[in-house]
Amino acid sequence: GKNEYDLLVIGGGSGGLACAKEAAQFGRKVAVLDYVEPSPQGTKWGLGGTCVNVGCIPKKLMHQAALLGSALKDAQHYGWNIAQPVHHTWSVMAQAVQNYVKSLNWGHRVQLQDKKVKYFNMKGSFSDPHTIRGLTKAGKETVVTAENIVIATGGRPKYPTHIAGALEYGITSDDLFWLKESPGKTLTPFVFNVSLECAGFLTGLGLDTTVMMRSIPLRGFDQQMASLVTEHMESYGTKFLKKCFPTKVEKLESNRLQVTWKNTDLGTEETDSFNTVMWAVGRAPDTKTLNLETVGVKTNSETGKIIVDASEATSVPHIYAVGDITEGRPELTPTAIAAGKLLARRLFGQSSELMDYDNVPTTVFTPLEYGCVGLSEEAAVQCYGSDNIEVYHAYYKPLEFTVAERDATQCYMKMVCLREREQRILGLHFIGPNAGEVIQGFALGIKCGATYPQLMKTIGIHPTCAEEITKLHITKRSGLDATVTGC
Amino acid sequence: VQAHKEDKPQKLLEMNGHTSVPYSYNYDLIVIGGGSGGLAAAKEAAKYEKKVMVLDFVVPTPLGNSWGLGGTCVNVGCIPKKLMHQAALLGQALEDSRKYGWQFTEEVKHNWMTMTESVQNYIGSLNWGYRVSLREKNVTYENAYGEFVGPHTVKATNKRGVEKLYTAERFLIATGERPRYLGIPGDKEYCISSDDLFSLPYCPGKTLVVGASYVALECAGFLAGLGLDVTVMVRSILLRGFDQDIANKIGEYMEEHGIKFIREFVPIKVEQIEEGTPGRLKVTAKSTTGNQIIEGEYNTVLVAIGRDACTRKIGLDKVGVKINEKTGKIPVNDEEQTNVPYIYAVGDILQDKLELTPVAIQAARLLVQRLYGGATSKCDYVNVPTTVFTPLEYGACGYSEEAAVQKFGEENIEVYHSHFWPLEWTVPSRDNNKCYAKIICNIQDN
Repeated sequence: GKNEYDLLVIGGGSGGLACAKEAAQFGRKVAVLDYVEPSPQGTKWGLGGTCVNVGCIPKKLMHQAALLGSALKDAQHYGWNIAQPVHHTWSVMAQAVQNYVKSLNWGHRVQLQDKKVKYFNMKGSFSDPHTIRGLTKAGKETVVTAENIVIATGGRPKYPTHIAGALEYGITSDDLFWLKESPGKTLTPFVFNVSLECAGFLTGLGLDTTVMMRSIPLRGFDQQMASLVTEHMESYGTKFLKKCFPTKVEKLESNRLQVTWKNTDLGTEETDSFNTVMWAVGRAPDTKTLNLETVGVKTNSETGKIIVDASEATSVPHIYAVGDITEGRPELTPTAIAAGKLLARRLFGQSSELMDYDNVPTTVFTPLEYGCVGLSEEAAVQCYGSDNIEVYHAYYKPLEFTVAERDATQCYMKMVCLREREQRILGLHFIGPNAGEVIQGFALGIKCGATYPQLMKTIGIHPTCAEEITKLHITKRSGLDATVTGC
Repeated sequence: VQAHKEDKPQKLLEMNGHTSVPYSYNYDLIVIGGGSGGLAAAKEAAKYEKKVMVLDFVVPTPLGNSWGLGGTCVNVGCIPKKLMHQAALLGQALEDSRKYGWQFTEEVKHNWMTMTESVQNYIGSLNWGYRVSLREKNVTYENAYGEFVGPHTVKATNKRGVEKLYTAERFLIATGERPRYLGIPGDKEYCISSDDLFSLPYCPGKTLVVGASYVALECAGFLAGLGLDVTVMVRSILLRGFDQDIANKIGEYMEEHGIKFIREFVPIKVEQIEEGTPGRLKVTAKSTTGNQIIEGEYNTVLVAIGRDACTRKIGLDKVGVKINEKTGKIPVNDEEQTNVPYIYAVGDILQDKLELTPVAIQAARLLVQRLYGGATSKCDYVNVPTTVFTPLEYGACGYSEEAAVQKFGEENIEVYHSHFWPLEWTVPSRDNNKCYAKIICNIQDN
C-alpha cells in the first residue's frame, strides 16, 4: 500500500523540527512524533527537544542570571549605588525562564501548523522499515506509515545506577531547569560541560556548589583551556573535589542528602551533606524504545548511537538519523539543524550538498566563557607533530574588568597554526566574556582556510577583546611572556 | 641634546630618497604626536635599534583641560568612551537583573564622580605605562609642542616655553585631531567637547549634545544610560558616511529609550544664565529649513560636530608639506609618505583614510617595518571593521548598502537580512525586534 507520509520524523528537537519544516517547504506530506518520557524525578516538557527545554536555552538564561549577579558587583565600581546585600530568588528566575521556554514550545507548535506538518505527541517505535507505531501518554495507539523516516530522538542524561541512591535521590539537568525552588547546597559529580556550566551559574546565583571530578574536566576539549576554565571557577567560588568519585547517596531525616565518596589521591573516604545532587555523567542516546533491532538499524555497540554515513543514512534504506543520536557527530543544536535541513533538501529538493562537520565552532558557557573552533592543541600536535605547528597565545585583560577591579588571570587566547607555507589556522581558542560572540565571526575565516598572515592583515576593532585575536604574535615556542600590555 | 645651526639644513635639502649619506642627525626618526599611531611607530622603530624621539603635547581645551601621553584614544576617545558606555550598560543590566531574580533597593542612582575618578585613574595608569614603555625601549620622549622650522629640523617648546631644536633623518607626523567648535557666540566659553567630558569634575546634568557624529551619539547614549536628561540637536542626517538604514535604527532605539532629538536645527547662540558646576545655559537655535527659532535651557552643552586635523600650526609650510587647505588633512601615497620624501604621516590626519586607532597603529607599524626592516607590506585600508558604541551597538565591515548599490548597481547585489531578539532580553521582555543584521552580497561573484 501507499505510505501516508513522504517523511516521518521521530523526535521534535532541533534536528527533527528543522528537517520536518524544510521538507514541508517542498510541498511534502510530513509528520513529526515527539514524546518526552518523564525523568525519574517526574520532570517533563513540551515540543522542541533538549535544547529548548532542558539544554541550551534555559542554561544560557540561568548563566545570564549569574552574569548579572557579577554585573551588580561591577556596577558599584562604575558609580551605581546599590545597597548591599543583594539577594537572588530562584523561583523568580525559574518562573521567568520556564515561561519563556513554554512560549517557545507554543511557537514550535504554531510553526508546524503554519507549515502544515502533522504533529503527534506520541512515543514512536518501528514495526517495519516504513511503519511506526505511536503510543500516547494514555496508551492509545496510532499506526503511521512513511516513505522516509528520520530518527532524531536525541539523548537523555545517564544515571550512575551502580551508585546506591543515585537514581532515587539525585537529579540531572533534565530536572534542574524545572525546579520551582532553589536547589540549595549542590554537588555535581563528574565533569562534562553541562555540569561545569550548571555549577558555574549556581555559584553565581549565590549557592554553595561543589563539583566532584574523578579525572580531567571537559574531556575532548583542549586541556589547557579546560584547566583555565576550572581555575577560574575555583577563584569564582565553586568548590572542586578533585580525584574523587562518589560511592553512595543516602537521605537524611532533614531531607538533605548524605554523599560518601572516595578520594583516590589520599586513599580516604569522605562524606558531606547537600540539598541537591545533580548527576552529569554523560548522555545516552534515546533508542531503547525505538525497536531498532526489528528493522535492523545498526548502532555503535559501545555508545549505543546510530551509525550513519556522510548523507545521514542508516544501515536501512529510507531510514535516516540526525542530531545527538548519531555516532561521531558533535552534540550541538546548530549541526543538528543544518544536517536536518540539508537532508530534507537532498531527499526532496534535488540537492546533493552534504553536511560539513569540520570546524564547527562551539562555546562552553561557564562563568568565564570558553569559545573555540577547529583543533585543540593536542589534536593538532597529534595530527601534524609539534614541530610542524606554531601556537600563538596571549593573556589579556578585558577593558571592562579594569574599572570593575576584576581578576583577569584566566583571560587567555591561543591560535594553533601550521608552521609551513601559508600557515593555515588550525584552531582558535578564546576564554573571556562573550566568547561565543567573539568566536562566531572567526569561524567564518577558518572555514575559508584563513592563514596567519591574513589574520595579521585584519585590523581589529578597538576597544574590544576580540581585537586581541588579530594581534596574536607571541609564540609558545619563544617562551616569551604572553601578557598583553596596553594599546 | 644639542641644537644645530640653521646653515646645516642647506646640505639637508640635497639629501633625498634612500641613499644613505654619512650625516649625523640627532635622531633617525622624530615622531610628532604621541597617540596611537605615533607611539606604535616609535616603539616599532626602537626594535630596529633606531634612535627615536617622540614629541607629545596637549594644547589645553578652551576650558583649560589637558591630559597625559597616549593621544586621543587613551585619554579622550575610545578608552574612556567605552568605559562610560559600559557604566551605562551596567545600568541596564541592573534593571534586567530584577527580572532574573535579583533583589535590591528600588531606587538606584548613579554617581558621576565615582565613575569619572575610576576612569581617570585607569587612564593615568595607561599614561604611565606608555612613559615606562618608551623608556624601556630607549625612545626619547619630550612633553613638548613640535613644529618644523626648516628642513630636517623641528623646534620643541615645552610647557614653560623653553625651546629646543632637533634634527632627524625622517619625521612622522601623527598629530591627530581636536574637536571643532560651532563658531557661534558662547561656544568656547560655555560649551564643552569630548575633550572635557571624560574628566568633567561634576555631573553634566541636563545635557544638549550638538551633532550627529558617532561621538555625539555615543556620548548622548551613555549620558542617558546614566540617568541624565539628554537632547541631541541634529543639523541633517545621523552618522554621515555610515549605512543610513542602520543609522536610523540606532536613532530610533535611542529615542525609544528616552533621548530627545531636535532635527534640522543648529545652535546660533549660547548664553550663561547661571554659573555653577554645572551651571545653567540658554541655547538659541535656528531651523535649517525655515526661519523658526527655538530656545532651550541646559546644564551642559556638548559640541560634537566633527574634528579638525592638527596640521595648521606645525610649520608644514616651512618644509613644504602639502595639506588639503580646506580640510587640513594630509594627502599621502600608499606608503604613508607625504610630498616631502623624508616626511611621513599616519592616523587621523590622513586624507581619505579611516579615523581609527587600530588603522593608525597598523599603518605606523608597517611603515616602520618598510623603512627599517626591509618589509614591503602596505597597510590594507579595505574592509576594516568598526563599531559604534551607541546603547544599541553597531558593528560593520565592508560596504554600506548605499555604497554597494552605487558601486555595483542595485540589480547586482543581494541583501540578506534578519531581525533577531537576543536571548538575554527575552526574560526582561525588552526591545523585541530591534536587533538587526544584514549581509550585502555581490551576485556576480557568488
